[in-house]
Amino acid sequence: MNDDSLLDLEFEIIGGDFNQAGRVSTRLKSILKEVGFNPQVVRRVAISTYEAEMNVVMYARRGVLRFKASPQRISIVIEDEGQGIENIEMAMKEGYSTATDEMREMGFGAGMGLPNIKRNSDRFEITSEIGKGTRLKVTIIAGDGTRS
Amino acid sequence: MLEMEPEAENIRYYHTLKILEEKCQGRMRCMRKCPTQAIRVRRGKAHILEELCIDCGECINACPEGAIVPLTDPVEQTSKFKCRVAIPSPVLYSQFSVDIHPPEIFAGLKKLGFDYVGDASSACEAMSMALRIYLEEHTGPWPVISSFCPAVIRFIQVEYPGLTEHIIPLEVPRELAAKEIKLELSRKLNLPLEEIGAIYLTSCPAKAVSIRQPAEKEKSWFNGSISIADIYNPLLSAIMSLREGEFEDDLNQPSAIGMGWKVLGGTCSFLESGNCVAVSGIVELTRILDDIEKSKLREVKYVEASFCPEGCIGGPLAVENAYVARVKTIRLEDRYGKRPRLQEERVRQLYHEGHYFLERRIQPRPIKPLHPDIAKSIALMKEKEKIYNLLPRVDCGLCGCPTCLTFAEDVVKGLLDISDCLYNSIRRRSSP
Repeated sequence: MNDDSLLDLEFEIIGGDFNQAGRVSTRLKSILKEVGFNPQVVRRVAISTYEAEMNVVMYARRGVLRFKASPQRISIVIEDEGQGIENIEMAMKEGYSTATDEMREMGFGAGMGLPNIKRNSDRFEITSEIGKGTRLKVTIIAGDGTRS
Repeated sequence: MLEMEPEAENIRYYHTLKILEEKCQGRMRCMRKCPTQAIRVRRGKAHILEELCIDCGECINACPEGAIVPLTDPVEQTSKFKCRVAIPSPVLYSQFSVDIHPPEIFAGLKKLGFDYVGDASSACEAMSMALRIYLEEHTGPWPVISSFCPAVIRFIQVEYPGLTEHIIPLEVPRELAAKEIKLELSRKLNLPLEEIGAIYLTSCPAKAVSIRQPAEKEKSWFNGSISIADIYNPLLSAIMSLREGEFEDDLNQPSAIGMGWKVLGGTCSFLESGNCVAVSGIVELTRILDDIEKSKLREVKYVEASFCPEGCIGGPLAVENAYVARVKTIRLEDRYGKRPRLQEERVRQLYHEGHYFLERRIQPRPIKPLHPDIAKSIALMKEKEKIYNLLPRVDCGLCGCPTCLTFAEDVVKGLLDISDCLYNSIRRRSSP
């Protein structure tokens, strides 16, 4: 693969910073639009990165989002240092949430995050260690590299 | 129904904004004001990038020289139609002193040579009811976005192409009004439709464009449009010269519910629901569309979106101050009473017959990427970042681009050279 045709970006996400949450998603979205990815692919990236960012903001101290895009595929890896997920199977169920009342009052923690990311991705891998953190890898197939 | 294919490339977009070169002094006010960064100043003159322009009209009022003019139709145009009907946007009702009511405005328009005048506010009322039915029956995706503001529609098509499926596929009131009025006149006068010319009187350059090049159908029901600012003076003198008996107060009574459409929040107040929001202005629109795109707005079902602050009454071609026009609209609503004029059952029946729907869904119209081949486009994107990092990033605009980022883009596109950055060349010269 020619290096020039590979986008490789890294962003830091700060836990508890609800005010800034969503910035990474917005930035990635505008880059992908400008490059000319299919609007629906851009939308899927926007949704899944936003949800992933929110998870870091809500449940971790800090996290890093690594973004790689080639004309064919987009991969997003989010690693955080935080409480981890006790029961991944439960966390994948729609409506299941461990959010505090305070978070819910702010309109977050509806238990839609992980299922929503999964729905918008072509591959979804998650590993977590209690007390250490969570690693999420999302792959989205972008197409054959030409504009549809 | 929901094809996501972008519109064919190399389409020429029609625009109603024209820059008069002889008047343009290259002062860059328009360039700085343009919300889609569609203006560049080259060799001292402003130019519009057609692909990016959404016809919002921000530049018209930004220009101190009055060098940017809307290409609506001239008031005096001699008509090729046997029957000419004026259909004013209800915005017109709020442009005069509070003693001048819609019946006098209609009579004044007839004095100016229109054979008929049609009221668009009852179509607005019908569409309010149709909108309520749509929200009852729609199953997702949420939230849905109103379709009546053509600048918003074009903004979404260009900047948020992934959101076109959120736009409500309902007809806009002005088109419904033109259709119903023309069909009725054709029956009444026994004239073929081609001989009836419907002219829209509007505060909005984007509506003038949507009449010439609709986003959602082959052809508009209107045959032209006139700017309210252009017709204001002749119309005012015509109204002043009316004598008693020249207008009847009970005819053509407009709908108060319909008039509310032209004021920000008008459609929301009719819906009386806690999950509708009304948004206007480019900054707030961008915020809310960003949120919809990442599916953040979970509690909101309906977004009323207008480009102009305060809604259509704040349009660039209106005459009255938008805030005053808002108060006048409220007074008119009180005068005509906010009870529905149409029977909801009848609207419901027509709704299910498809009467209120757009001919086709709004399609995306994404900005042309840096290169059609995504691999090359990514490479150019990186090149652009490199160039951008060499720039002062103060967005001084002296190069004729609105921002350093657009300058970098024009360099990778081969339109400018990095040495065209005046700020950098001055900095180089002054540093030892």
